[in-house]
Parts: sequence; C-alpha cells; structure tokens
Amino acid sequence: MKKQSKSTERKSKTSTNKNKNREFVTITYMFVGMFILMMGYFAYFQVFKSEDFINSPYNTRQDKFGEHVIRGSILSADGKTLAETIVDDDGSETRYYPYGNMFAHAVGYDCNGKSGIESMANFNLLRSHAFFLEQIVNGLKDEKNPGDNVITTLNYSLQEAAYNALGDDNGAIVALDPTTGKILAWVSKPDFNPNTIAADWNDIVSQTDGENSVLVNRVSQGLYPPGSTFKILTTLEYIRENPNYADYTYDCKGSITEGETEIHCYDNSVHGTEDLKKSFAKSCNSSYANIGLMLDKTSFAKLCDTLLFNKAIPSVYPSQKSSFVLNENSDTSATMQTAIGQGQTLVTPLHMALITSAIANDGVLMKPYVIDHTENYKGISVKEYQPSTYGTLLDSKEAKTMQEFMSYVVSDGTGSKLNGQSYQAAGKTGSAEYSNVKGESHAWFTGYASTKEKGSIVVTVIVEGGGAGSSVAVPIAKQVFDAYFNN
Amino acid sequence: MVHLVTELSKYLMIILFALYTYQCFAVLKRNITPEKQRRKFHQQIFYMYAIHLNAYVVLYLSTKSKELIVFYLMQVVYFTIVQLCYSIFYDRASRLVVNNMCMLMMIGLIVLTRLSVDFAVKQFQIAIISMAVTMLIPFLISRLKFFRNLSMVYALLGITLLGAVAALGVVSHGAKLSFTVAGITIQPSEFIKIIFVFFVAAMYHESTEFIQVVKTTAVAALHVIILAISKDLGAALIFFIAYMVMLYVATHNIGYFLSGLLCGCLASVAGYFMFSHVRVRVLAWQDPLARFENEGNQISNSLFAIGTGGWFGMGLNQGMPNKIPEVKQDFIFSAISEELGGIFALCLILVCVSCFLMFLNIAMQMKDSFYKLVALGLGTIYGFQIFLSVGGDIKFIPSTGVTLPLVSYGGSSLLSTLIIFAIIQGLYLLREREENEPVKKKPKKKKKKGGRVSHEETVKIHGTKVQNFD
Repeated sequence: MKKQSKSTERKSKTSTNKNKNREFVTITYMFVGMFILMMGYFAYFQVFKSEDFINSPYNTRQDKFGEHVIRGSILSADGKTLAETIVDDDGSETRYYPYGNMFAHAVGYDCNGKSGIESMANFNLLRSHAFFLEQIVNGLKDEKNPGDNVITTLNYSLQEAAYNALGDDNGAIVALDPTTGKILAWVSKPDFNPNTIAADWNDIVSQTDGENSVLVNRVSQGLYPPGSTFKILTTLEYIRENPNYADYTYDCKGSITEGETEIHCYDNSVHGTEDLKKSFAKSCNSSYANIGLMLDKTSFAKLCDTLLFNKAIPSVYPSQKSSFVLNENSDTSATMQTAIGQGQTLVTPLHMALITSAIANDGVLMKPYVIDHTENYKGISVKEYQPSTYGTLLDSKEAKTMQEFMSYVVSDGTGSKLNGQSYQAAGKTGSAEYSNVKGESHAWFTGYASTKEKGSIVVTVIVEGGGAGSSVAVPIAKQVFDAYFNN
Repeated sequence: MVHLVTELSKYLMIILFALYTYQCFAVLKRNITPEKQRRKFHQQIFYMYAIHLNAYVVLYLSTKSKELIVFYLMQVVYFTIVQLCYSIFYDRASRLVVNNMCMLMMIGLIVLTRLSVDFAVKQFQIAIISMAVTMLIPFLISRLKFFRNLSMVYALLGITLLGAVAALGVVSHGAKLSFTVAGITIQPSEFIKIIFVFFVAAMYHESTEFIQVVKTTAVAALHVIILAISKDLGAALIFFIAYMVMLYVATHNIGYFLSGLLCGCLASVAGYFMFSHVRVRVLAWQDPLARFENEGNQISNSLFAIGTGGWFGMGLNQGMPNKIPEVKQDFIFSAISEELGGIFALCLILVCVSCFLMFLNIAMQMKDSFYKLVALGLGTIYGFQIFLSVGGDIKFIPSTGVTLPLVSYGGSSLLSTLIIFAIIQGLYLLREREENEPVKKKPKKKKKKGGRVSHEETVKIHGTKVQNFD
C-alpha cells in the first residue's frame, strides 16, 4: 500500500514536470534543428562549394600540396599532352612542355608566379583524387601521390594551324565555339619557351618594357584600336535608332568632310551609291562617318556598355577592360573617328571575339572557358565544367541582321577570300591605324563559320602592323577555318 | 618518419574522436545500466588522453622542442587532477559534462600549441587559475539559497559594468569590448551574461505577471542596447536570444517569443542600414572572394582553410591556419577543420551539442523554477554562442566575432565558460538533493493508472529518452 502511494507521487510529479517542460522541449528541438542545419551546411560546403574557394588564386595554401603531390598533366581536348611533370630517379621534378612556344600563352608557365592554365588550374593539378587507400599507402611510404590531370578545351590541330598562320608576326588569334564558349585556340605573339622561362626570366624582364613584353597575353590583355571591326557596333546602334535602316543610302566619293575633319576611305576607294549593308560590306569609312554624325551619342555609349565596353569581360585569363569614351559632349571629329573605329576606342581581341560569338549564337553570349574537366591519373573524371550563359547581349532579330550583314562581307565585300569554301563564313575586316604615319595599320578580322556537321566556330585575328585586314588577316583566319572544317 | 606519424595520427585522432563523440550520445540510451554508463565514461577518458597524447607526439616530432614534453606532462597532471576532484568531491556531478569540458579544453590547448606555444602556455595558466576558482562553485550553488533574491543587484551590476565598458573600454577591431586592470585585460560582457541569466531567472521566479514582464524586458533591452552601442554585436545577439528564450519558457507565451523575434529581425534590418560595421559583415558574408582585399579577407581565409583541409585535414603543422586573421579566438574552428579535418570538426560540434543537451536536461529535471530558468538561460547562451562562432567561421551566417567556448584563446571567455559549467554541475548536485527531499505537498491530480511509471524521471530529447544518470 505504501509502495503504491509513493508511485502515485512519482507519477504526478512526472506528469506536471512534463507539462512544465513543454517549452523546454520546444527550445531544445529548435536548437538541435539549428545545429543540424549548420552541420548540413558544413557538409554541403565541403562537398560542393569548397572547390570554388580552394581553387581561388588568393589561396596561398596551394603550394603546400606540392610537397605531397606530383603536379598533374595538362592535355588538349584531342589528347595531346601540353604540360607534364617528369620525375628523375633522384626525385627531382621538371615541368616539361612538349610543344614549347606553341601553347606558351594558353598553357602558361609554372614558375615565377605562374600564368595561364598552370595558374588557373594550379589547385586541380596539385590535388590527388587517386583511390584513397592508394593515397594512404603512398602517405605511409612517404611517396608523393599522382596529381589530377586537367583536360582543356584547346584543340591541338587548330592551335597548330593558328600558330603557324600568324608566323613571325606579332598579334593574336583566338578561336572559340559560340554555342558553348569553349576556347579552341589561343595564340599570342611574341611568345616565350615555357621550358626555359625560369632561366630566361631575367632577360625577359630586363629587355622588354611593359606593353611589349613577351609575357603580355595579347588575346585578353592587348588593347588595340578596333578599326573597321567596330562598324559592327556602329551598325547595331544605327539599326536600333532607325527601324527603317534598309532605306539608308549614301553616295561615297572617297572621303567626307565635316568642319575641319576629313575622313578617307581605305586606299581612297570611291564606293559610289550604297545602302547600309553595302557600306558595311565594303567597309566604307565615309558612309560610316556620316552615320556616326546622325547617332545619339548617349544611346551609343549605352549600347557599347551593354556589349561589355568599360567593364570586365568574362574571361578565364587575366584581361584588360576595353574602353569607349564617346559621350554627348564629344566633338565632331571624335564622333566621326569613333564611328569608324579609330579615335580613342580600344578593344582586346577576346572582347571582339565575344561580340562576334554573341552574334553567331543569335544574341546569347556563352562564358568562355578553357578547362573541360579534371580527372585522376587513371582517367576517372573528378570535375566536369559545363557551358554557362553569360547573358543575352542582343535580341535575336538584331543578331540575325548582323549575321546577314557579316555574310555579305564575305560574299560581296572585304572578306571575299573566305567565299566559296566548304563552310559558310561571315565576318568583318578591319585595318586599324595606330600611329600618325599613314598606312601603318593593324590587320583585323573577326568572324565565324559553320557547317551542319561540325557546328560553328568564331575566329578573331589581329596582326600588329600587318596592313589591310582583307589581305592579311582574312587569309590567316581562313587557315584556321580550313584546319577546323577540312580535317 | 615524421610524415608517416603525422599521416597515421591524423586518421587515428579522427577515429578516436568519433568514438568519443559516439559515447557522448550512447550514454543517453534508455535502458542503460549505471554500470555500463560508468564504463562508457571511462572509455571516453581513455579516448581523450589518447587524442591528447597523439597530438602532442605529432607536435613534438615536427618541432623537436623539449619544452613541449614538459608542457604536455603538466597538462596531463592538470586534467587528471580535475577528473579526480570531480570524482572525489562531486561524485553526483554529471560525468559527461566533466568529460566534455576536459575534452574541449584539450582540443583548445592542442590547437593553440600548434598556432603559438606562447599563447597556449598563457591559456594553460589561465585554465589552472580558473579551475581553482570555479571548483568551489558547484558546492556553493548547491548550498546557498539567496541567489534568487538578488534580482536588483544583478540588474545594477550588469548595467553599470556594461555602461563602464561602453564609456571607458578599449576599442579593438571596431568594437568596445574590454578594459585593462593591472595588466589583465578583462572582457566584462563574458561575465555579465551569467549575471544577466540570474537576473532574468530571479525576476521570473518572483512572478510572471505582465508588469513583471515589462520591468524585466526594459532592463534586458537596456543591456542589449548598451552592447549594440559598444558595437559588440555577437554579445548583443546572445543576450537577446537568451532573454527571448527565457521569457517564452517562463511565461509559456509563444506570442512573446514570436513578436520578440520579429522585433529582433526589424532591429537587425535597421542595424544593417544604420551601421556600417553591420553592413561590412553582411557584405563579407555574401561574397567574401569578391571583397578579398577588404572585408572579405577573414572569411575567405577561413574558407580556404576549411576547404583545403577537407574531410581528413592536412595533419597537425601541415596547414597554414595562421593565415587567418584572429585565428586563435574567433576562427579557431577553421584551424581545427583545416589540420584535424572536417570529420573531426563535425564531431567537435556534436560534443558541444552534447553539452547543450546536458544543460537543457538538467533544466528539465529541476523542480525549482529559478534553477530551471538558470539552467535554461546558461544552456541557451552556451548553445547560441557555439552556433554564432561556428556558423560565422563556415559562412553559414555572417560572422559576429564570437569565441568558441573552452576552445578559443582568451581568459575571460575561458573563465566565464568554466563558471557556467560549474554552475550546471552545482545544479546536478542540487537535483540529487531535490530527489531525496520528502515531498511535502500532496499531489492534486489523481493517478489514472498506477504502478506503471518507471522509477526514474525521464525526459524526451530529440527522440531519445534521456535519463537521470549517475
């Protein structure tokens, strides 16, 4: 009996305690929930987000990994080894670049601060995703783990063609796939031999001044006057402001004078009566200077901003910002010069290629990228990089119009050397004057070509001091197109 | 050889700590006998010393510093004395809380030794003094009864001290946190938070009438406002949350809790727009890499450390944790994650959660509403500080610059946390006395079914029944 009463007390105490404790339980659950979420985030970070942080060039921990990992290889999309680490019997490591100068700027170097893919994929190369038991065994034997390999989007045969096509001239060539943003070829000259750069370093640094240095990656860091390739932008602005652009006519007499400014057509050619499309195809400076005077400069500046002037362009390589400085206060001379791509406008070849890429891809710009995927030393994929959209730069109707105009350049204009090939080419030439000496100009071509089977490819070429785009840059582009479509 | 030991130890320490953490929760099982429980606690102690030894072997091999051996042995003596003191004088205290306290301090000392031996030695000196001071607290708590009658003393003390810091304190990292007396830098808010919990508990022990709620809320708000003015955001948040939780539990009124949280959110948004130091923290949290050169530097470095360490860590002395600004205090979790590994770091969080659960467990088991609230308030402060510190380090929430209790470097933080742990142990002693007291009042409710209730009081926490152990 006594026992039972005691148990009654217990029972009631427990139940009142339970009621009293309802809020305690709520709080406990709340905190436990918070902790679980936090631990979940920690796991999520480790699995999905940590790569973004460890691969950051700011992360100085990277080189620590070299103490336990043999740096991986860099390969082209078609399986050629572009960089590898050779380990001698005594354990000393040498970074070897089988193709020497050919991939100098694309692949970069692994010393004196690193550049190119060696820099951007540094961490991938210094990490090992070898089977973990193997890693533990290596760790215990005090042996280094084999690092992951980086497979690029670079196409060896295209790079070779571009490299040879540019020859001994200085300049840049970039080729990319407009539908994915894959960088297929990346040539910048002058270049260097990455195999001997450590030994050559002092010479390289002392002999050349900043801008002309062989270390400048001209594709994304070289700023050039765009010359007539800029007429793409002038045309776009004119089309936007004038829905009846098809009605435009101009009678070219070989030059145009407004106030004290006189603009000549290239080689003083007289183009006669022409509409907008023909002005574009013949690259008529007089007609475009005339158009420039009709444009709303504020709106023009806005268009250039949306086409990535004066801002960081999407680029995996270090890049310079292109500049467009025309505004409502600019004078007549500046306006006319700017409309034909002279004046103070400066662009990088990569930027020109991206604009062309957006046009070829119906207005949508894909972010350029050069690392396709990484895999462990046995070829098991570690991380795949997917194409991603940067944004819509033009509406598709504008893009289609520009495609038509650029095709006309090839069929009936300055790009005729590309006419009648196995592929359909389109583009715009340019001859950008860069000094006060008449006739000294950089030769430009930016364009794209496609076939049903092989899709499309954008190629942008600049030859420093090369002369006319139509006779110098177009044939170089043709060699690249040929290599892509005819092999 | 060194590399081999470092590599092996890395995995060994993860396994040992995972086992330790498992035991933290295994002892909570429903039908566990006291005998089995005791065995598990002894196993924990074994794991603890094994991790400690393992870490110091690695540290010694990579530095070859003879002083480390002496330092290690002193620590072993210290922790053994702490363990013995508790088992001799306070055999009714929670063994799990004692073990976790020692484990967390050991991890703290290991990481601090790796980061800077000088700081570790200082921390160890503080640990000795703090332990000596706090050893009496469980006894005092279980014997003295007047703590509940001092509500106004607590309020005055808290406000005066906080006001003094706001007015006279030294500005460090943009916040007024501390002042220096006789060469010792003290961070009063670390101690005031304990006084604050006692204040709120005493007030609501008296009454939970509306007028009492208004009075208490006014004083609590004053605390939070002074802290916000001193730019001590982390502490302001901890005080705020602790108060809201205590208010909710004391009044059983979820409305207070929700409206309080809403006010808190509005105040945070206002703070964002009004104070640049709040904006800076949020910006750094949103995209640390984009702001690497400025406000994002600290959190970026923390994430470099955590990411580079990965699940298994770089191994002690193999990473670069000293690249993280403030690594010894606010970002010690990142250093642990980098060198000891993500798994180890997760276990560390779980051990902290285990402590939190033990705090809430005693809160639920006490019958006296004053002590229930004290345990709840201290548990909330501890738990929320873990959340702020770890969450900030891993970019789960914006960083508020809060230390990780018992692990981070810092005298005030260590002493105040040891006081909290000691108070909790005092409550475990008290509970034992409550159990043995004859029940004076007759139960009002009549039983429905007799004889089926288990002898032990049990409380449900997170799906498992938690027992009164020991």
